[in-house]
Amino acid sequence: MAFYRSHVLVCIDPECLAKGAHEIVDALQDEFVAQGLIDEIQVLETSRIGGCSGGPEMMVYPEGFHYHGMTADDIPFLVEEHFLKGRIVERFREVSKPIVDEELGPLRPKEVRIVLRNCGQIDPNNIEDYLAIDGYQALGKALFEMTPEKVIDEVLNSGLRGRGGAGFPAGRKWRLTRQVNDNPKYMVCNADEGDPGAFMNRRVLEGDPHSVIEGMIIGAYAIGASYGYIYCRAEYPVAVDTLNIAIKQAREFGFLGNNIFGTDFNFDLEVRVGAGAFVCGEETALMASIMGKRGEPNPRPPFPSVKGVWGKPTNNNNVETYSNVPQIISKGAAWYASMGTERSKGTKTFAVGGNVVKPGLIEVPMGITLREIIFEVAGGIKDGKKYKAVQTGGPMGGCLTEEHLDLPLDYEALSQAGSMMGSGGLVVMDENSCMVDIARFFMDFTQAESCGKCTPCRVGTRRILELLQKICDGKGQDGDIERLENLCYEVSRNSLCGLGQGAPNPVLSTLKHFRHEYEAHIYEKRCPAKVCRPLIHLTIQTPVCTGCTVCSRNCPVNAISGERRQAHLIDQAACIRCGICVQVCNFNAISVES
Amino acid sequence: MIAPLIESEVAAIVREAIKEHGIQRDALIPILSEINHKLGYIPGEAFREMRKQLHDPARQAYIAESQLYGLASFYDMLSTKSRGRHVIKFCENAPCHVVGGKAIWDGLRETLGLENGETTPDDKWTLVTTSCLGLCSVGPVVLIDEDMYGNVTPEQISKILDHYE
Repeated sequence: MAFYRSHVLVCIDPECLAKGAHEIVDALQDEFVAQGLIDEIQVLETSRIGGCSGGPEMMVYPEGFHYHGMTADDIPFLVEEHFLKGRIVERFREVSKPIVDEELGPLRPKEVRIVLRNCGQIDPNNIEDYLAIDGYQALGKALFEMTPEKVIDEVLNSGLRGRGGAGFPAGRKWRLTRQVNDNPKYMVCNADEGDPGAFMNRRVLEGDPHSVIEGMIIGAYAIGASYGYIYCRAEYPVAVDTLNIAIKQAREFGFLGNNIFGTDFNFDLEVRVGAGAFVCGEETALMASIMGKRGEPNPRPPFPSVKGVWGKPTNNNNVETYSNVPQIISKGAAWYASMGTERSKGTKTFAVGGNVVKPGLIEVPMGITLREIIFEVAGGIKDGKKYKAVQTGGPMGGCLTEEHLDLPLDYEALSQAGSMMGSGGLVVMDENSCMVDIARFFMDFTQAESCGKCTPCRVGTRRILELLQKICDGKGQDGDIERLENLCYEVSRNSLCGLGQGAPNPVLSTLKHFRHEYEAHIYEKRCPAKVCRPLIHLTIQTPVCTGCTVCSRNCPVNAISGERRQAHLIDQAACIRCGICVQVCNFNAISVES
Repeated sequence: MIAPLIESEVAAIVREAIKEHGIQRDALIPILSEINHKLGYIPGEAFREMRKQLHDPARQAYIAESQLYGLASFYDMLSTKSRGRHVIKFCENAPCHVVGGKAIWDGLRETLGLENGETTPDDKWTLVTTSCLGLCSVGPVVLIDEDMYGNVTPEQISKILDHYE
């Protein structure tokens, strides 16, 4: 193996790629060749170095310097300064996230990384990188030192619960599937991470695919399964490629296939790519899709552990659940169970988005409060605005407010508050978000994604959406709130699968905590957050306007008129209230009123 | 079935996709995805070809065009309508929405004069919404063909569109 004095890791996540990460890699290679450094310094492509929002990003080891925001043109300068002269280029240095521990990379305060530990640290396309950090040792331990029953006990005692959102204890599910007397058995990994705003699984698949594969193999050994599917959504092309490379390499190294590690245990695995249907994240729909059918859910029972893929016992877990398994086996159940609350153990990854200072991916121990997540880990609300609400659990979750900020993160605590853990999307909203608009927005999503199989969900979500749209349009009437509540109750009670049962949650939770906003829309024809277009109007403050004409030039419907250096005027009849003028005005001369 | 001597382009694409993915029931979605990828959409002829080519009396296997159409119309990424030379996919999900996605969507609709799913008369642009692309930390996100644009602002829209022929 060649020896390099230094390694440069360039993030190739889609976000960084979009900002020219490949050009950076090429420029680095060219420059190292030109400077005669190519034998000393290795350029590696990896994922998840930072938040990617300041990308492209790169990491220089062994020093652990984090650079970001450079273009290919900056590379010759950067190489000369850093690698020839040994000077740090402050201009590109990422300093907002100090490097606490070189092994873990830039860790945010309060973060604990188990699932994300390898992301950004290893080359996901090279199995040897994973082996070098004790990869597949847990599999060896399970096969040689543990019986399948012992593996299940270990997972059960660790308290690991399904990270897809429902929180069913993983060990119990494994035992159920093991006990069914029918063969062959299948392992399914749910990588159909469709919740808007949730991209934790994408990062794990792109940054550390072998941890998921190893977890699945250990699970297959425990359950007695012989074949597995990873169902990955088509929106994640990089993850699909990475998984295929990883599976091929695992096969070459004898971790997949017949007689794994020389034992009589056989297991193999393939990737199935979705075709764009949110409902396929529901386990019965997902299995239908694997079998080449429309991804429509089926009533349970029979549960997949009894009758799943091809009518055979099937164990379904998601990416994050499997990826926890190797470490639980290596370090023991007690270590894992030492983190978290009474009933929710370990850590949980979240994708924090919306109006926060530092959006992105985090991994925190269970039991942490929402306040800590939003204000410490994610840096608080952007632009000094006020916190209003946070949507947890995706489109089937609920909005939580100020009063829930000190709630400990735990499956039960979140459901009691009217939301749910979900797969881990956190959308933080500031005072400028209209909660009726947010509810309409989520309902628009679930209505479109309803598969149409059962009537309450197919028709009910559409009727709820129509009512919300009417309210946002300023046409709400007395009684609409009660009609909404009634419909929500029926849809959640009578729908076939989790999609319909959870669909009314955003409406019910916003009605509970922000009823006054609904009432303002209906009775006062006013949108308090000034978001709903039909209920606002834009006016130019004559004394402030300098007549720079930037607004009239940018108006898409030519509704703004006025002479240069004279105050401008908006024609209210022509104005479509798109807000472009507000954004482009350099003098804050345009006010939004409701 | 024996292949005819001269085959249409669609038939050849179907044949190739079947050869790669197999004739089992669980190969249907991969086959449809591949046709969609190659042609940009799945024309009616492709359904007919799939029915013919997958018909196997020996295995008593038979798939109806309606079943194939049912599959294709269920999944968002499979299109049964022809599309423009460039497909603009706008991420309409909450994280993009709360950071200003609505202004981008309205800007796109107004600039192109299109509603969701429509194609311009010159066949240049098709505008569709897409499910979450997982690029939420750089929202709002617009995907044009395979090119990703993050942190898009309304003023950038026409500049971005100008890149395309």
